[in-house]
Amino acid sequence: MTTSDTATGAATGPIGSIDAIDPGPVDPDSIGPDSITPDSITPGSIAPDSVAPDSVGSVGPATDGEPQASPRQTLTLAKALNTGLLSAMAADPKVVIMGEDVGKLGGVFRITDGLQARFGEDRVIDTPLAESAIVGTAIGLAMRGFRPVCEIQFDGFVYPAFDQIVSQLAKLHYRSAGRIRLPVTIRIPYGGGIGAVEHHSESPEAYFCHTAGLRVVTCSSPADAHLMIQQAVASDDPVIFLEPKRRYWEKGEVDTTPLASMPGQEQLALHTARVVRPGADATLVAYGPMVRTCLDAAQVATEDDDRSLEVIDLRSLSPLDLDPVVESVRRTGRLVVVHEAPSNVSLSSEIAARVTEQAFYHLESPVLRVTGFDTPYPPARLEDHYLPDVDRILDAVDRSFGY
Amino acid sequence: MTELVQLLTPDGRRIASDSGQETDYQAFVADVTDDDLLGLLRDMIIVRRLDDEGTALQRQGELCLWASLRGQEAAQVGSGRALGPSDMAFPSYREHGVAWCREVDPLHVFGLFRGTSLGGWDPAEHGFALYAIVVGSQTLHAAGYAMGITRDGGDGAAISYFGDGASSEGDVSEAFGWASVFSAPLVFFCQNNQWAISEPYRRQSRVPVYQRARGFGFPSVRVDGNDVLATLAVTRWALRQARSGGGPVLVEALTYRINPHTTADDPSRYRPADEVSSWRMRDPIERLTIHLRARGALTDEREAGLAAEANAVAADLRARCLALPDPPEAALFDHVQVTENNLVAAERAAFTELRGALP
Repeated sequence: MTTSDTATGAATGPIGSIDAIDPGPVDPDSIGPDSITPDSITPGSIAPDSVAPDSVGSVGPATDGEPQASPRQTLTLAKALNTGLLSAMAADPKVVIMGEDVGKLGGVFRITDGLQARFGEDRVIDTPLAESAIVGTAIGLAMRGFRPVCEIQFDGFVYPAFDQIVSQLAKLHYRSAGRIRLPVTIRIPYGGGIGAVEHHSESPEAYFCHTAGLRVVTCSSPADAHLMIQQAVASDDPVIFLEPKRRYWEKGEVDTTPLASMPGQEQLALHTARVVRPGADATLVAYGPMVRTCLDAAQVATEDDDRSLEVIDLRSLSPLDLDPVVESVRRTGRLVVVHEAPSNVSLSSEIAARVTEQAFYHLESPVLRVTGFDTPYPPARLEDHYLPDVDRILDAVDRSFGY
Repeated sequence: MTELVQLLTPDGRRIASDSGQETDYQAFVADVTDDDLLGLLRDMIIVRRLDDEGTALQRQGELCLWASLRGQEAAQVGSGRALGPSDMAFPSYREHGVAWCREVDPLHVFGLFRGTSLGGWDPAEHGFALYAIVVGSQTLHAAGYAMGITRDGGDGAAISYFGDGASSEGDVSEAFGWASVFSAPLVFFCQNNQWAISEPYRRQSRVPVYQRARGFGFPSVRVDGNDVLATLAVTRWALRQARSGGGPVLVEALTYRINPHTTADDPSRYRPADEVSSWRMRDPIERLTIHLRARGALTDEREAGLAAEANAVAADLRARCLALPDPPEAALFDHVQVTENNLVAAERAAFTELRGALP
């Protein structure tokens, strides 16, 4: 229904739609459930000018007393996910949420805040601390006709569930010759940049993209977060839904119309890449948390180097929608792929190989990559050196023009 | 705590009353007539005959592999016949006898081992999930399914089969804990056949399987898994417990894997022959045969008829197995996902084009 793979829908989104500032490093001790709340983080970390100017006017209730339920609101990415999940649960009584601390607490990042109070303990389930069981029992619930949304609390905690994800969840549809459908969504906050302790900052997407049967997507803006989580839940295939945790507190304008009430032609299909900043001289491809960084780099390139960089947000990591990328590279001749995950056998490896195959005669230089290093994720005090930033991206652009 | 529930002794005597057991398991088979017992005997004779056919077909190069159930017929038929139509079984990979009880065409099981499919039966239609070769993984699927029964108001229960080897898997412990705290209507049915390929049970644990349930807070029972009547009784009891909201139950069926782990295995390297022969003396089919003969319910003629029927089922299965076609080449691209993605579609198209271009 909403999982079309057609690549024809590449759209150009407003540049300001994910306009916000990085909340900055969070004290590692503050990752505990009692310390991160939208209330405690948001006001202090989002500057007043971080909201796109053209969306400010539609924020919140009308000032003349009666609150107006405007579908267009300015939300954090975290709140956009929460709102999308609420719509998904309201639309389908078979949707259940399960994970550690997702109930009363609302999740350590508050993504499920208020959902248990609204939908009850049978539909928003605080689970034992057992990741393999979170996924394994979601499979059983799906076989019984439910549509589970699992939360894995942090990226580094997903590995105990690896067999259930790659051998069970991913393959049961194939093994049953199509008889078993497993509409399971696995939400995983991922990526670094929040000053966390170890196992809280990883980017495990390549493992899942390598596994046939899984869909892997990631959002980079509140608007996409709201839409894509609903599309993921509505998908009849299992979806790994990666949430860029360092962007949880960034704000943007969101059309909060529930997916169920939204005409199909107004939706950008789940597995569709999108040009988020048009440009002419070189192409930057990124996803999730690095889209913001690439947009910043593109802005600097315009101002300092008089270079026009096109930025593409992949949104879907498996399957990839490379048509907009290939189309862009045929115009610009230069491609830099950016992600936090290490380079070796990564999304950027895949993109480089396929773009080389499909746009070989248009390339003016090799496809270059800016990624995390091929080391374990370092201690938080070193993560700024590990994570791709504007300087490393622009250095790669310079090298691309050096050929 | 009950040491071992047994209703038929190895020499076929019916035990009249449970000695000192808290639960009166006898009551759960009070309705079982001689005809019912003959039905169980028929099931066991047929599944053993099918099992022999599997081994033979593998030896003849017609199956890639066969995992024999010989010795475990009573554990599988006794528990499988305790299930109702709204119950859902989650097997491991040796439960051909349970598959039979769930009316899965054995051809599907043979197709799996022949390499023409990865399963083939409809789990929802038969109340019998696909085989689980990653041992223990299915116990979590069963726990989730059972949670679903609670949530949608269904009246069935789930039963998850696993072995003594799988009892060491983390998934099994997670499923124990999960089913317990959610009071899931789930029967954990462990066939302890003593050997996990070459590893004896003492390599898995210092305590018997059934005693592990206590730490997770739910009841358990150990039954003579070569006693089909006791297995039927205990499984009926366990299912009733689970369905009544009491949460999970663990059944340990003590049995023995008479044959190699699979046709690729050589047990002479790790277990003594006299151990196997001592278990042959506790054969589940022999036991029921003697009992029914003593009661006059099984005549020579009837026994010969059962053997002939089993032979006919096996011959039919053999013919259909040999006639199983290889799937169409491009079928390897089918059902990767509900909605085919662009990558698989492109690979399918390129594959088909290349095959078409080849002479």
